[in-house]
Amino acid sequence: MTTPQPSTRPPQAAPGEPLLCAEGLHTHFELRQWGFVRVGSVRAVEGVDLTLGAGEAVAVVGESGCGKSSLARTLLGLHRPTGGTVRFDGTPLNGLSGRALKRYRARVGYVQQDPYGALPPFMDIQRILAEPLIIHGVRGRAERERRIDTALAEVGLTPAADTRRKFPHQLSGGQQQRVVIARALLLRPAMIIADEPVSMLDASVRVEILELLRRVQREHRLALLYITHDLSTVRHYVDRALVMYGGRIVEQAPVTDLLARSGHPYTEALLSALGDPDADNARRQREVPGGEPPSLVHPPSGCRFHPRCPHAMQGKCEVEPPPPDFRPRADHRVACWLHE
Amino acid sequence: MSPWLQGLTRLRQYPSALAGLGIIVLLVAVAIYAVTAIPYSEARDLWRSGEAWQDLPTSAPPVWADRLLGGDAPRTIRVATDDVVMEQERYEGVRLQRATLPVEFPYGGFPQEVNLFVESQFDDRQPFVRLTWRTPDGEAIPLGARRVGESERISISQDRQLESRLGFAPQVGLFTDAAPGTDDPQVRQGTYELVIEAIQFEETATLDANLVVYGQVHGLFGTDHKRRDLAVALLWGTPIALAFGLLAAVGTTVTTLIIAATGVWLGGWVDAAIQRLTEVNMILPLLPILVMVGTLYSTSIWLMLGVVVVLGIFSAGIKMYRAMLLPIREAPYIEAARAYGAGNARIILRYLVPRILPVLIPTFVTLIPTYVFLEASLAVLGLGDPVLPTWGKILNDAQAQSALYHGHYYWVLEPAALLMLTGLGFAMLGFALDRVFNPRLRSV
Ligand SMILES: Nc1ncnc2c1ncn2[C@@H]1O[C@H](COP(=O)(O)OP(=O)(O)OP(=O)(O)O)[C@@H](O)[C@H]1O
Ligand SMILES: [Mg+2]
Repeated sequence: MTTPQPSTRPPQAAPGEPLLCAEGLHTHFELRQWGFVRVGSVRAVEGVDLTLGAGEAVAVVGESGCGKSSLARTLLGLHRPTGGTVRFDGTPLNGLSGRALKRYRARVGYVQQDPYGALPPFMDIQRILAEPLIIHGVRGRAERERRIDTALAEVGLTPAADTRRKFPHQLSGGQQQRVVIARALLLRPAMIIADEPVSMLDASVRVEILELLRRVQREHRLALLYITHDLSTVRHYVDRALVMYGGRIVEQAPVTDLLARSGHPYTEALLSALGDPDADNARRQREVPGGEPPSLVHPPSGCRFHPRCPHAMQGKCEVEPPPPDFRPRADHRVACWLHE
Repeated sequence: MSPWLQGLTRLRQYPSALAGLGIIVLLVAVAIYAVTAIPYSEARDLWRSGEAWQDLPTSAPPVWADRLLGGDAPRTIRVATDDVVMEQERYEGVRLQRATLPVEFPYGGFPQEVNLFVESQFDDRQPFVRLTWRTPDGEAIPLGARRVGESERISISQDRQLESRLGFAPQVGLFTDAAPGTDDPQVRQGTYELVIEAIQFEETATLDANLVVYGQVHGLFGTDHKRRDLAVALLWGTPIALAFGLLAAVGTTVTTLIIAATGVWLGGWVDAAIQRLTEVNMILPLLPILVMVGTLYSTSIWLMLGVVVVLGIFSAGIKMYRAMLLPIREAPYIEAARAYGAGNARIILRYLVPRILPVLIPTFVTLIPTYVFLEASLAVLGLGDPVLPTWGKILNDAQAQSALYHGHYYWVLEPAALLMLTGLGFAMLGFALDRVFNPRLRSV
């Protein structure tokens, strides 16, 4: 398989409304003492605007604890948003219930971080993959088996008959993640949300899994939301990237543009860490950028990044949060006063 | 291979598991034999009937117990007029019927009792019967003469007149050649005869007699104070005990598990309500409530089962399962299941519950005998099922009849042994299952 280049396929100019569209999305978790006294809240997602066109691959990049998973879960309908709206294919998700929510879930695949944890340990692969089909009313054992075999072949787990009889603990991490991807593909979704799909895998299989995701995304014209803390895994696998910091999107641009001409000091810090050839992956993550990640319970005033920002402007950055749409270029948006 | 099959094959490495399994299979076989050999309603009626047991001795230990101790206690001897030739002589207007019933008596002890059951058919005039006892020496001892009705029991050993004539209780005096009043009369072994002479006044009248010389020992399991063969109660007690234990264990564990999982999954007020109910229920004492229900309402075993299950639902097990399920609730595979559309019921039954089944199965197996014991305890307390024979009711009877004081150890030991065997079988299997399944649970 050749590594697909983003240039081979231009970012989707969404005709009409994009497939997924989130506006002003907030997800806060209440902090309670003794189970009922409210003592504050974790603002894991704070005012996120996000669009994802059909067949478009988009990355969300950010350091640990910035709210990436919370964003993913909110988009999946696993968390009820505290504010804002999510529309999928023109239908708002808020207040969606019962059958409609179930239909939405059939159209969105979910790939989690920990492949072993994502597979029920007491079921064999056959059973694991049959579950979504049963839930969504795919009748007939033969039909289910056919679809399971197709999905397993698609993720490269052949012969499928061997894999079907195994239990998750009998597979390697990479194979487990392939099963998770097969499960996400089974219901022929229109979108896949992959939350750090390779961060718990051996470095040797990361590229394989990412390429697999990219391949199925293209073959099925899926929308892909790829969440990662590792900017180095973004380049070849997505069309567009969003940088998240402290619950907010601070920059978004086509991936080549973002990597070449980043606009936000935080993105720059991430990129400069990538450039260091000696540091190994893990150390790189910890060292950059300098300073503490922001508290989501008591976030810094103004721009969330100002306490760590080398370009912070006194009297400006700590006072007023920057609007998210300064546009240094047409398809490049930055939330930073430097671009005012 | 599925983890379950793996676990079961590993079970083979535990001899105690195989022994326990063997005991359980044996008990189940006995239970199946019991219900097929004596149907439920028949067993119930049999145990309550007095007539069915009239030719068995009272509180007789099993034969083997006596023989093991070197005893030579007599067994029960039955001789009927049907077994011998009935002589008949005709006189004017009357018939004289004569039957000689031989009693072969080779034992070293005296019988417990001697009864003659007489049945006669006539229109108007009762036959007149005269009885004579013949010792092996040929000596004849008159046992008196009387009119007999349609169905009558002539208790020879209860005959006070005979007793004073013989100088011994009749069942002793008739079987010894010791001088009257001797302190330690010895049995005279040999063939005795009972001669029955009946005068019939009607041409079509009949007479059937059945002599029972009651032994001191009976069968494999002995008898109780109502002459009932303990074999029946021990046999039928098996399916009852197993059914009660199994149903109670299934009823409580399955409901407890599902309720615990529901509370954990739904959380919020559902969980809170389940927790409070459990706490209240935990301080409710089971036994006194059962005693109350039994005293005020009914001691039917099925009602007791119902109460046990209802009180067992919100048992301490809920707390245990909850503690085990709470971390599982957060498992990524559950989140994944929600993301592909699994509903609450499916998540509870297919994703939460199976995860703790490995812990549940051994607990469940060891729980069965505790309910068997509970049923027995209730019966000992006098709250046994009013109609069914159970192990506990045998113990209750034994206690009421001061069996141990009278040296009737078999009466207590037999049901106790079965109870212990049941406990042992399930415990051995349960502990082995625990060892097989729980290391796995820790590793997954
Ligand atoms: N269900 C929840 N209840 C309360 N707080 C939560 C919950 N889920 C997440 N949080 C908090 O929200 C914040 C953001 O968490 P989130 O998992 O979204 O971050 P992340 O960017 O995915 O981090 P990571 O890289 O570690 O996965 C964290 O401080 C976390 O403790
Ligand atoms: Mg995360």
